[in-house]
Amino acid sequence: MSAAPEHAPTMAKMSLTERLAPHAPILLVIALILAGLVAIPATSSWLTLTVSGLAMGMMIFIMASGLTLVFGLMDVINFGHGAFVSVGAFVGVSFLLLLEHMTGAPNLLWNLTALMVAIVGAMAATGVMGWAFERVIVKPVYGHHLKQILVTMGGLIVVEQLIIVLWGPEEIYITRPEALKGAITFAGAALEKYRLVAVGIGLVVFLAMRWTLRRTKIGLIVRAGVENGEMVQALGYNLRMVFIGVFVAGSALAGLGGVLWGLYQEVITAHMGNQTMILVFIVVIIGGLGSVEGCFIGALMVGLMQNYVAFLEPKAALISNIALMVAILMWRPTGMIPVVKAK
Amino acid sequence: MLKTLVSGDTPRSPILLAILIVILICLAFAPFLFPGVRSVDTAARICIFIVLVASYDLLLGYGGIVSFAHTMFFGLGAYGVALASTDMGRGFDALLVGSVAGAGLAALLALVIGLFSLRVRAIFFAMITLAVASAVAVLVSQLSTLTGGEDGLSFKIPRALGPAFKFMDGELFGVKANGKLLKYYLVFISCFVLFLLMLRVVNSPFGRVLQAIRENDFRAEAIGYRVVHYRVAATCLSAAIAALAGALYAVWLRYVGPDTTLSMEIMIDILLMVVIGGMGTMYGAVIGATLFVLAQNYLQNVLSLAGESVATLPLLPDLLNADRWLLWLGVLFILSVYFFPTGIVGRLRGK
Repeated sequence: MSAAPEHAPTMAKMSLTERLAPHAPILLVIALILAGLVAIPATSSWLTLTVSGLAMGMMIFIMASGLTLVFGLMDVINFGHGAFVSVGAFVGVSFLLLLEHMTGAPNLLWNLTALMVAIVGAMAATGVMGWAFERVIVKPVYGHHLKQILVTMGGLIVVEQLIIVLWGPEEIYITRPEALKGAITFAGAALEKYRLVAVGIGLVVFLAMRWTLRRTKIGLIVRAGVENGEMVQALGYNLRMVFIGVFVAGSALAGLGGVLWGLYQEVITAHMGNQTMILVFIVVIIGGLGSVEGCFIGALMVGLMQNYVAFLEPKAALISNIALMVAILMWRPTGMIPVVKAK
Repeated sequence: MLKTLVSGDTPRSPILLAILIVILICLAFAPFLFPGVRSVDTAARICIFIVLVASYDLLLGYGGIVSFAHTMFFGLGAYGVALASTDMGRGFDALLVGSVAGAGLAALLALVIGLFSLRVRAIFFAMITLAVASAVAVLVSQLSTLTGGEDGLSFKIPRALGPAFKFMDGELFGVKANGKLLKYYLVFISCFVLFLLMLRVVNSPFGRVLQAIRENDFRAEAIGYRVVHYRVAATCLSAAIAALAGALYAVWLRYVGPDTTLSMEIMIDILLMVVIGGMGTMYGAVIGATLFVLAQNYLQNVLSLAGESVATLPLLPDLLNADRWLLWLGVLFILSVYFFPTGIVGRLRGK
């Protein structure tokens, strides 16, 4: 009889890299901010750029979150998502133009109220539109990616043309509400007020979304649905209803993103939605299709990258985001925080 | 003999055959049948778009891959010819070098994008191509020293293809026998050859494997085909042919610019043409491109007539405005994806 093998358990501490690995994506954002600090000579301009990068990232996140959730839940890829952004912007701006007496007054409270009215109006409009879009365009092509891409693209064309029919082919220039114009100076850096508001709204949306997904029953069903839809249905939940809800919410968020983006650019066109979709797709891919957290981190990285590079070398801005996407796909081919499907 | 020419892929429907023959005859004798600058221009555009749309169909209809970068490849070929002609001076060597370089670069770029996205998930490809194509379009309009920016580049093509060159005295069946006629036939014959080449490709074993992958990639992989290799190869091939079509377009127009070759509008036009004509049939590209280009040039007149007749009603005149024809095509596009995904050709073949 041979002796039992020697049993000597060791309690090795996890190495630093092992402990950091799960947090790699968020650390990457911090690393990017630090890299910006090194690359940009003046600290004040670095601060300005960081804030505008965050603001841009937040707006992209708002637009992208619906897209990624819809994909995660029902495996539907909506190329017409940009249509909601455009419609949101046009409806929101129409409200702002109607409420000109409120936006024109140099009173922060009135301005914010007008902005809120515009946002709520835009979200309601795009929410209803999302419901109709789901019914008419997406529903007949479940489970067929190729047709989904084609049909939603067709939907985008039709909606863009309808916008032109309703609002005319010219681009509409808008000014921000009076109290949100200009910038405040902080530590020698000029921070545009509007961007701070955008960061605020973006953070609120992200936290609310995270709370809903993590702490409420409906969030539980959504998360479970992303992971294993069949099982959720077997447990007696009507996943289709949940999905419609998520689609409507995602469309409404895209509308919100459209209002914010329109005020950020100070000009809106029918094609603006499709143009922002370029960044949205990059964000969704690097975040990992279906993952809200990944989408948030990806959006921040894209926003920061875009602003830093635009400052250092203006022509390379969009290319830098493509490069970022390529780099991340080389590191993690399914995105930073891939969604694990239990199938 | 004819059957070998079309690689055994006959139209398989008398009506389709008749339509195709009419289109072929009209295009082959366009300068004689429809003399006039605008109609010959339309004919050349139809030829080029047939090739472009067929190369897209190779990817979408046969490979089941959605790409939004097809105009980028188209533009690479066009800019290749334009840059080569500007740098090397006018001459056929410049055209050749430009188109070969453009096609090579397009294939290389397609290879890189394909390896990055198709390896992971086929739908990544659609999103990544959209992002890359728009980045390239922005880059082209920004690098104005090289590409002429938004204004684009006008360049000189070989004298033999210009209106001043006479290859014989007098007229040929009532048409001036000048370089313009030669240029049309250069475009027509190149497009014809490229189209037959693609017909050969899709009816080869390679094309069959692509179709198998489109129907069920998992099973194709299980049978032993490397799905990714086939998809990437199809992407490269389609990109190279699109670039050649772009080169022909540049030669025809003697001009390249972001709007004529790289814009998202053209990409959407291509999508509409493929789907309305019929995905997965090369002949669908012929029908789709012909119908679409004709509609682009002449449907607007019809719509403006319709708009005038309802001018008193609210909103309807706006909906029927001639500039809104894309709206109706969009609706038609959605309906055709739902109700006849095989397009006009599929309908005619009774599938």
